[in-house]
Amino acid sequence: MARTMAEKVWEEHVVRRADGEPDLLYIDLHLVHEVTSPQAFEGLRLAGRGVRRPDLTIATEDHNVPTMDLLAPIADPVSRKQVETLRKNCSDFGVRLHPMGDIDQGVVHVVGPQLGLTQPGMTVVCGDSHTSTHGAFGALAFGIGTSQVEHVLATQTLPMQPFRTMAVTVNGTLRPGVSAKDIILAVIAKIGTGGGQGYVIEYRGEAIEALSMEARMTVCNMSIEAGARAGMIAPDQTTFDYVQGRPHAPQGADFDAAVEHWKSLRTDEGAEFDAEVVLDADELSPFVTWGTNPGQGVPLDAEVPDPASYEDPSARASAEKALRYMDLAPGTPMREVRVDTVFLGSCTNGRIEDLRAAAEIVRGRRVADGVRMLVVPGSMRVKEQANEEGLGQVFLDAGAEWREAGCSMCLGMNPDQLKPGERSASTSNRNFEGRQGRGGRTHLVSPQVAAATAVRGTLSSPADLDPQ
Amino acid sequence: MEKFDVHTGRAVPLRSSNVDTDQIIPAVYLKRVSRTGFEDGLFAEWRKSDPDFVLNRPEYEGASVLVAGPDFGTGSSREHAVWALQDYGFRAVLSSRFADIFRGNSLKGGLLTVLLPQEVIDRLWAAVEADPATEVTVDLVAREVRAPGADVREPFELDDYTRWRLLEGLDDIALTLRHTDEIGAFETTREPWKPVTL
Repeated sequence: MARTMAEKVWEEHVVRRADGEPDLLYIDLHLVHEVTSPQAFEGLRLAGRGVRRPDLTIATEDHNVPTMDLLAPIADPVSRKQVETLRKNCSDFGVRLHPMGDIDQGVVHVVGPQLGLTQPGMTVVCGDSHTSTHGAFGALAFGIGTSQVEHVLATQTLPMQPFRTMAVTVNGTLRPGVSAKDIILAVIAKIGTGGGQGYVIEYRGEAIEALSMEARMTVCNMSIEAGARAGMIAPDQTTFDYVQGRPHAPQGADFDAAVEHWKSLRTDEGAEFDAEVVLDADELSPFVTWGTNPGQGVPLDAEVPDPASYEDPSARASAEKALRYMDLAPGTPMREVRVDTVFLGSCTNGRIEDLRAAAEIVRGRRVADGVRMLVVPGSMRVKEQANEEGLGQVFLDAGAEWREAGCSMCLGMNPDQLKPGERSASTSNRNFEGRQGRGGRTHLVSPQVAAATAVRGTLSSPADLDPQ
Repeated sequence: MEKFDVHTGRAVPLRSSNVDTDQIIPAVYLKRVSRTGFEDGLFAEWRKSDPDFVLNRPEYEGASVLVAGPDFGTGSSREHAVWALQDYGFRAVLSSRFADIFRGNSLKGGLLTVLLPQEVIDRLWAAVEADPATEVTVDLVAREVRAPGADVREPFELDDYTRWRLLEGLDDIALTLRHTDEIGAFETTREPWKPVTL
C-alpha cells in the first residue's frame, strides 16, 4: 500500500505494537535543555532509574541564558539555579552538555542540525514544542512534556497515539523579498491555530523544494503554531548536501548507504493524505501578525482587520480582545504601525541565512531613532560564522546590538524583554500576550521585514526603503 | 499519579478561545526546578491585571472543574501548565478542542481533559454563570459528564488504554519498562550509521 513519509518513519520505529495500546516508538535523538528537564531528572532519581541511552541524548543551555556578559554569573538567582541544575544532572547521568561559553552552545533546535545530529528518517524529541523544526530533514520530530522527557530518558521510547496526515502543497515560485517565514505565516492564517490539530503536516510542492535547508527549518518550526503534531519535508539533494560533512554525519560508504535509505522515505506516488491544503507561492507577499496568536496575520500591504467582519462569534471576540491588547484600531494600515524594538533571532529565524538576509538590508543604513534592534544568533557557531563574514560589524555599524546565542526575547525568560506597552517586530514564532515581556506587544515578521522595520521604525518591507 | 475515577465539583467558566500555555503559566514561573507549588503562576497575568477575571471572583473559589473555550493549551509544551492547574485545585478541564501536547501532558499527569461539543460547553457556561454553585460530575468510569443544574448528561470519548491508566493511576514509565527486552531487541536492528552524541 502506498504510504506517506510520516507513516514510513513511524513504522520504522515501532518497538512494540499491541491491541488496545498506543504504539511504542523508539527515539533516535533526545534534545534536552534547562527548563523542561529538571523535574524529569528528579523523577529518575526518586525512582532509582538511570538514562538508558546517554549516547542518544544531548543537552544545551538556551532558554534562560543571558545574551551579554557571559563571564559574569547569571544575575537572576532562579535562572542561575536552573542552569546549575542542568549541569549537575548532565554530570550525574553522563549526558553531553554544551554550556554557556561553549562554541556549540545555542538554541537547541539550531544546535542539533548544525552538529549533523538531525538526519532524515530519525525520530527526534525535545521538551520544547518547536522540535518540529527538525522535520525539515524528513525526520519525525515532536515536542514533548516533562513526563515524556523522563520517559525517554528512562526507556529511549515513547508510547504515541496515532496521527493523521495533512499535505500542505505550495506551488509556484516565491517573489523576491518573500521568504519561508511568509509561507508559514500564510499557512497558519489560512488553516488557523487549531487547523493542524492531530496532524503531521508534510510540506511539498515546487516552492518548498526550492527552499534551502535553513528556510525549510523555518517552515517546519512553526507547524506547532498551526496546532500540528509535527511538520516534515521530504529529504532531497538539498538535505543530503547540508548533512554531509557535519561532525555527526555518516561518512564514506555509510553516507552512501544512508542516502539510499533516505531516498526511500519520500511519500509514495498515490499515497493518500487525510487532508490537503494548497497555496500559490506567486500570490504570497511579506506577512505580519496584528493579533495575539500566530493565526492573526495579514499581508503587510493590508490593514488591521475589523472584528465586526468575522462571522464566527468566537473569532470576533478573540479579535476584539487581541486589538485591545495590541492597542490597534481596525483599518490602520499595517505599514503605519510604529515599533520600539526589533528582535532578530530564535529557533525560527536565528540561523546564518537569516542574519545574512537582514544584514544585506541594514548594511550602510542606520536603525531608526528610538528603535532598539537586538540581533541574537541562534548558536555560538552561527555567531562565529557571522563575524567571519563581517555581518556582526554590519549590525553594529547600523546601531544594532549584537548579542550572544540563546532564546532571548523570543520568550523573555532572560533579561531580554519588552517593557509594558512596548511594541516589537520579531522574527520569533509567538505573539501571545506577554510572551516577550509583561504587557509587550509582538508582531511576527520575517528577517527581511524585521531589518527594513528597524531602519524605518514602522512595519516595512525592504521595497519600502530608499535606494542607497 | 493520583487515580481518577469520578469527580464532582463546582466549575469555573473561562469564556476565551485560544488560551495558550503562556497565559496558563507565564515563562517567568518556569524557572523552578521543583515539581510542586506552581499555583501562584496559574493565569498569573490575568489574575494580576484584571480584577474581574473569573478566578478573582469569590463565587468561584474552590471550584475544581475548568470549563474552557476552544483550542485550550496551544503553544509551548510546558507541562508546568498542567502542574499549575492541578496545584491550584483543578481535577478536570472541559473544552471543545485542546492543543495536542497540552492534552498529552494532562493525561500523563492525571488532569482529565474532556472533549465536549461546543454546544454543551455553552450550556455549562450559562448554567455556571447563572448559579456558581452548580456542580459538575466528570465520570471516567462511565465516560460521561453530568450537570443536572445545566441539564447536561453527555458522553465523552477517551481511548480504553488511557482510561485504564488513569483509573489505576499507573505510571507510564513502569509500564514501558515491562517491555525492556523488546526495546533491547529493537536496538540491535538499528542502522549502524545513525548518529550518537558520545
